[in-house]
Amino acid sequence: MDEGIELSLTIAQIIQRLRGSHLHSQIERQAKECLHQPDVKLESLKEDVRSFLKTSGWERKLQNAVYRELHIQLPPRHPPAPPEHLKEPLVYMRKAQASWEKRVLKSLNSMSTELLVPLAHMRPAAEQKELTNKWNEMGTDEPDLSRFRPVYAPKDFLEVLIGLRNPNHDSSEDISVRSHWGLIQVPLNVRDIPHLREAYSELNLTSGQMGIDDHALIHPVVMEEDSAAAQQYSRQGCPTGLRADLWALILNATNQPQDVMHYEQLKAGVIQHNLLVDNLIYKDVKLTASNDDYYFVFEDFLYQVLLCFSRDTAVLEHFKYNSATPPKSYIQGKVGDEECAVVYPPNGVIPFHGFSMYVAPLCFLYNEPSKLYNVFREMYIRYFFRLHSISSHPSGILSLCLQFERLLQTHLPQLFYHLRQIGVQPLRLAFKWMVRAFSGYLSTDQLLLLWDRILGYDSLEVVAVLAAAVFAFRAENLMEVTSLASAEAVLADLSTLKVMPLIQVFLFATAM
Amino acid sequence: MSGTPDDTKPVNFTVKAPVYLQIGDAKADTAHSGVCVVDVNLPFGKPVNIEEVTFKNYYTAYVTVRLLRRNPEQEAPAKWCTAVRDLPLMDNPHTEGGSQDYYTIHRTQMQVEPDHVVCARLILRQPSLAWLTFSLEDIKIFPHTEPDPEKEVSDWLSDLTLTDQHPDLEGLPDPQTVSSSIQQMWALTEVMQTNQTTASIGRFDVSETHSQPHLSCNECVHDGGDVITF
Repeated sequence: MDEGIELSLTIAQIIQRLRGSHLHSQIERQAKECLHQPDVKLESLKEDVRSFLKTSGWERKLQNAVYRELHIQLPPRHPPAPPEHLKEPLVYMRKAQASWEKRVLKSLNSMSTELLVPLAHMRPAAEQKELTNKWNEMGTDEPDLSRFRPVYAPKDFLEVLIGLRNPNHDSSEDISVRSHWGLIQVPLNVRDIPHLREAYSELNLTSGQMGIDDHALIHPVVMEEDSAAAQQYSRQGCPTGLRADLWALILNATNQPQDVMHYEQLKAGVIQHNLLVDNLIYKDVKLTASNDDYYFVFEDFLYQVLLCFSRDTAVLEHFKYNSATPPKSYIQGKVGDEECAVVYPPNGVIPFHGFSMYVAPLCFLYNEPSKLYNVFREMYIRYFFRLHSISSHPSGILSLCLQFERLLQTHLPQLFYHLRQIGVQPLRLAFKWMVRAFSGYLSTDQLLLLWDRILGYDSLEVVAVLAAAVFAFRAENLMEVTSLASAEAVLADLSTLKVMPLIQVFLFATAM
Repeated sequence: MSGTPDDTKPVNFTVKAPVYLQIGDAKADTAHSGVCVVDVNLPFGKPVNIEEVTFKNYYTAYVTVRLLRRNPEQEAPAKWCTAVRDLPLMDNPHTEGGSQDYYTIHRTQMQVEPDHVVCARLILRQPSLAWLTFSLEDIKIFPHTEPDPEKEVSDWLSDLTLTDQHPDLEGLPDPQTVSSSIQQMWALTEVMQTNQTTASIGRFDVSETHSQPHLSCNECVHDGGDVITF
C-alpha cells in the first residue's frame, strides 16, 4: 500500500480512538481556560493556544497518548482482509489456537459441573460485607481449594506447540536437518546473532548498563515526561529509584481519577459476584507466589489485582490483535445467538498455573493498588498475552521457542547434540522460564533489569536470548550430565545469575 | 483515492488453472521448478484499464505481472509488457513471513500504464523446497474509474460563490483591532463578574414617588438600562 495512504489511515485510526477520551476533554477545557490569559491574542489564536498547550505540558501528554496507541494499533487493513487475519495471518495457527481454546474451556466447564460450583454467582449480603472488611488481607482466608486444580499448566501448552504442523510444509526430505533436532517444527523467521547485534546495539559490551556500571550518567528523562524518550532510556536499564515512574511513563499508565474510579468499580464487582475463576486465582497464588521467598509478602496485593483483572472488560479490546478469542457462554437455550452471549470470564482471560507470577514482580515497584493494577493491565495487553497464545508474531511464545532452539543449535551445537544423545530436549527445560518471562526464577533485581529491556525494545525476544545465554553459561556442567534429572538439577537454581552480563557476552562475544 | 475498491466492483474474468512448469519429462518425477503461471483472461472485446489488483498469497515468494495490451486507436497487434517484476511477497522464501497475507498492486506501482488490457499473466515463483505447493488465491482486478463528472459541476458552482472581499472601510477602524479590543473588554467583564462588590456606584436615586413634574429620570432610565440605586 502507498506509504502516504498508510500514514493517513494510521492517523485517522488514532484520532478516532483518542476522540472522546478523557484526555481529549481535558485538553479542550485547558484550551478554553487559556483564553483568559492576556498573551493569547485573537489574531494568532491558533498558534497562541498551541504554544500554551506546549508550555503547560499538555502537548507532551497527548504525544504520550498517541505513542501508546501506536503500540497497540492494528496494521492498516487491506480492504479484503477479514478481522481474524489481523489477529493471526496463518490459517493453521488460528485453527490450532481455536482447538486449544476449546480444550481449555471444556476443562473449565467440566470442573464446574464436577465440583457443582457455578461459573458465576452473586454473593449473599453477609459474605459481601465480610469481603469488604477483609479486602486488604484476603491472604488470611484459607478456603478449601483442594478440589480445584489449575485449568492447564505450561507443559500442556508446550505439547500443543510441539504438535503444530504447517500442512503446506514439505517435511518429506531432510531438507533442513536442524528442524529435526529441535521440538518446534514451524518455519518462522527468527533472528540470529548478527541481526540481534544490530537490533540490540545498546547492549553492546562497550556501553554502560544500569546494575553493572552504575556510575553511568543519569538523564533527567523523567522530568521531561516523554514516553518515547523513557522507552529509549530504558534500553540500558533503569535506576532502581526511577524505575516505577519510568515504567508508568513508558506504558502511559497515568493514575488519573477516572482510573482510580474504574478500579473501585472493579473492586465493587469482585465483592458482589463470585466467579469460578476466582478460585483458580486463589489456588494459583497459594501454589506459586505464596511459596516464593521474594513474593509471599505481596499475597494480598496479588488477590486485589487479579480478582479485579478478571472482571475488567476493557481488556477485551486487546483481542483484536491477539490470536486468541475470548470464551463465550450463552444464556440457556440460546446458544449461537450473539446477543445472548456473555464473555466468561468478563476479561476473556482464563488464568493458568503460574499466571500470578506476571503480577508479582510489579509489587516491588508500586504499592498503590490502582496504579499497580493499571501498570499490570497495560503490560499484559502489550506483552504477556503473547506468552500463552499460539501466534506467528515475532514476540509470540512460538517464535521465542524457535529462536531459543535455533540460537542453541547454531552457537552451541555440541551441547545440543550431547543433550539430545542423553534424551533431553533443551526446550523442555527452558520453556517454563520463557512462559513466565523468567518471573520466579531470577532474583528480583535481575528480573526487573530484564523487564527493563522488554519495555525498552518493545519485544520479548530478549527472553529467548537470555534462555540461550543461560545454557551457554552452564554449558560445561551440562556437558557432564548423563540424565534428564541431572540436567534439570544443573539448571534448577537461577537466582544467582546476573542477567545483563550473560546477555551481553552471548550476543557480542560469541565467536561467529 | 480515486476509484476505491469499496464501491467499485471487480472485473469479471476467468482464471485458467495455474500451470506449474516442470523440468524435463512431464511424466517423470515431478521436480518442481518453483515457477507457476496463472493466466487471467479478461472479458473478450472489453479491454480494461486496471486500477489495482488484489489477491491473497499462499506461499508464493515473488510475483511478476505481465499484461497484454491492445491500443484501440492503432491497428497494431496486442503487445505483452511487464507491469511488475519479481515483487517480493515473502521476506524470506523459507519462512512464514507474508506467506498468507493480502496484497494490493496499485496502478501507480506498475512500470507501465495498465490501460486497454486484454489479458494478464501472473508468474509466481517460489524457490524454496520447504513448501509443498504455492499459489495466489482470490485474485481480483478492479477497473480504473474516471473521477466523477459531478465534481466538475461543483467546481463551477464554487466559482459563483462570492469570495471574501473586504468591504470599503474608509473612516472606520480596522475590524481586526476592534475585535481584539472587544476580546480584552470581554475578559475585563469576566474579571469584573467574578469580583462583584456590593459597594455601589454613586448615582442619583430614581424613585417612583417623585410627583413633581421634573424631568423624570424614568424616561432615561427605562431605556433598557438597569436602575442603579444607593
